[in-house]
Amino acid sequence: MIFDLKKINLRKVNSELQNIDKKKNYKNYKILNPEGNHAICAGLQDDINVNIEGHVGYYCAGMNQNAKITINGNVGTGVAENMMSGFVHVKGNASQSAGATGHGGLLLIDGDASSRCGISMKGLDIVVKGSVGHMSGFMSQAGTILVCGNAGEALGDSLYETEIYVKGKVKSLGADCVEKQMETKHLNKIKDLLNKCGIKNLQPSQFKRFGSARKLYNFRVDNA
Amino acid sequence: MCGIVGIYLKNKKLKNKLGLYMSKMIDNMSSRGPDSAGFAIYNEENSTCYKYSICFGSLNFENLKKDINRKFKNSKIKKYSDHAVVSTKIKPKNFKEFLRKYKDVTLVGYGKAIEIFKQVGNPSEVVKRFKLNSLSGTHAIGHTRMATESAITTDGSHPYSTGEDECLVHNGSLSNHNNLRRILKKDGIDFKSENDTEVAAGYISKSLSNKIDLKDTLKKGLSDLDGFYTFITGTRKGFAIVRDEIACKPAVIAETKDYVAIASEFQAMAHLPKVSSAKIFEPEPGIVYSWGRS
Repeated sequence: MIFDLKKINLRKVNSELQNIDKKKNYKNYKILNPEGNHAICAGLQDDINVNIEGHVGYYCAGMNQNAKITINGNVGTGVAENMMSGFVHVKGNASQSAGATGHGGLLLIDGDASSRCGISMKGLDIVVKGSVGHMSGFMSQAGTILVCGNAGEALGDSLYETEIYVKGKVKSLGADCVEKQMETKHLNKIKDLLNKCGIKNLQPSQFKRFGSARKLYNFRVDNA
Repeated sequence: MCGIVGIYLKNKKLKNKLGLYMSKMIDNMSSRGPDSAGFAIYNEENSTCYKYSICFGSLNFENLKKDINRKFKNSKIKKYSDHAVVSTKIKPKNFKEFLRKYKDVTLVGYGKAIEIFKQVGNPSEVVKRFKLNSLSGTHAIGHTRMATESAITTDGSHPYSTGEDECLVHNGSLSNHNNLRRILKKDGIDFKSENDTEVAAGYISKSLSNKIDLKDTLKKGLSDLDGFYTFITGTRKGFAIVRDEIACKPAVIAETKDYVAIASEFQAMAHLPKVSSAKIFEPEPGIVYSWGRS
């Protein structure tokens, strides 16, 4: 089924995709002419495939559950924010706060993601084929951020238990973020993510692992 | 919030469409700033002539026009809503002196290329009142305002022009503007409002008058201007954009062989020709990007 946003109101499209008539058994949807609109495909709950043909605005695929959403273009602030499950694939670049507060599922960004990628995550896996901007992984609690390119300033600032893997250079580490020893379970996690994302030209051993030094979020009188 | 937009034409054949492109960009950004709107459009037709953009408010325009024609022979006056653009060979010092007796007339900006307009009200209405879609030029910048730092008035609207052919639009807020204003006032910069952006415009004008180029001026501003901002600043030759190093305030750039467009959100540029094949990127924090004629 094809929705052309030049002809149909966005609210109607979102409403239709949020309330799938399962008797019809449609699985594949396409959205044309997104033209930078905000909140496209926010709040989807069913196991459907949606392809968005063009650039989108803020909060695309926010709160996603189960759906597989592909954006053939760039995305604005907060793509897949608070995502619960499913798969969101950005073929272009992502603006700031990609995957913010995400609980689960997989977010793949083919291009670069700008600042605060994976801020305050709670279990989502993010794979960025390009680089991430400053303060990525800020206060992030659980899940994984895998960066095939470089990371900007203050990576993993005030980090909780999210695992961060970076192949390229890290401009600087944020407060309480340190490089950690890579163990077999970490290499397996990287291998699994690379496989899921169809990335065949990289090896898990090329990545470095970063995580929390756990000196900031545990109560210490020095930090009071 | 606030919305900022800019467009610089690389292909001069599109000159007559500049106003149309700009009006659609401002219209789209109404959602980010419904309180007031303004824009500066650069169109240098005659390098021996100055253009003075004035706001006469509720004053009788015909009487003012007669006065200007009487005082300055061979001047051309075009009226747009409560603004007018006076084209004349008279030097800025003399024109400013003449305007001094009209307390209700404001000089919004002046220069050899700039025409500048701003007004309170919904941006889509403001651009219609100034007939922006019929204007032509080489580059333009615009603003839609959600007021935070000062009152919703024409003086509180962007762009701010504090020097010849210069103007500034701003998304964000500055925290050290009162102190900077005091310093710049002592240096002879004249401010019309209590607005933070006007202080940044004055800072840029002061630096440019000291022969520091625009790129270096904006780089130095990163340490002197404290607060959140994405700035677009226009000069006779082109424009530049810079975001503070935290980069909370958004900006997207779309570049094709025909134009460079900047907006707070991509949707403001979605109507531009061949934008889907444009090079689209976000300006990195603390980096100055500029385009212009040499």
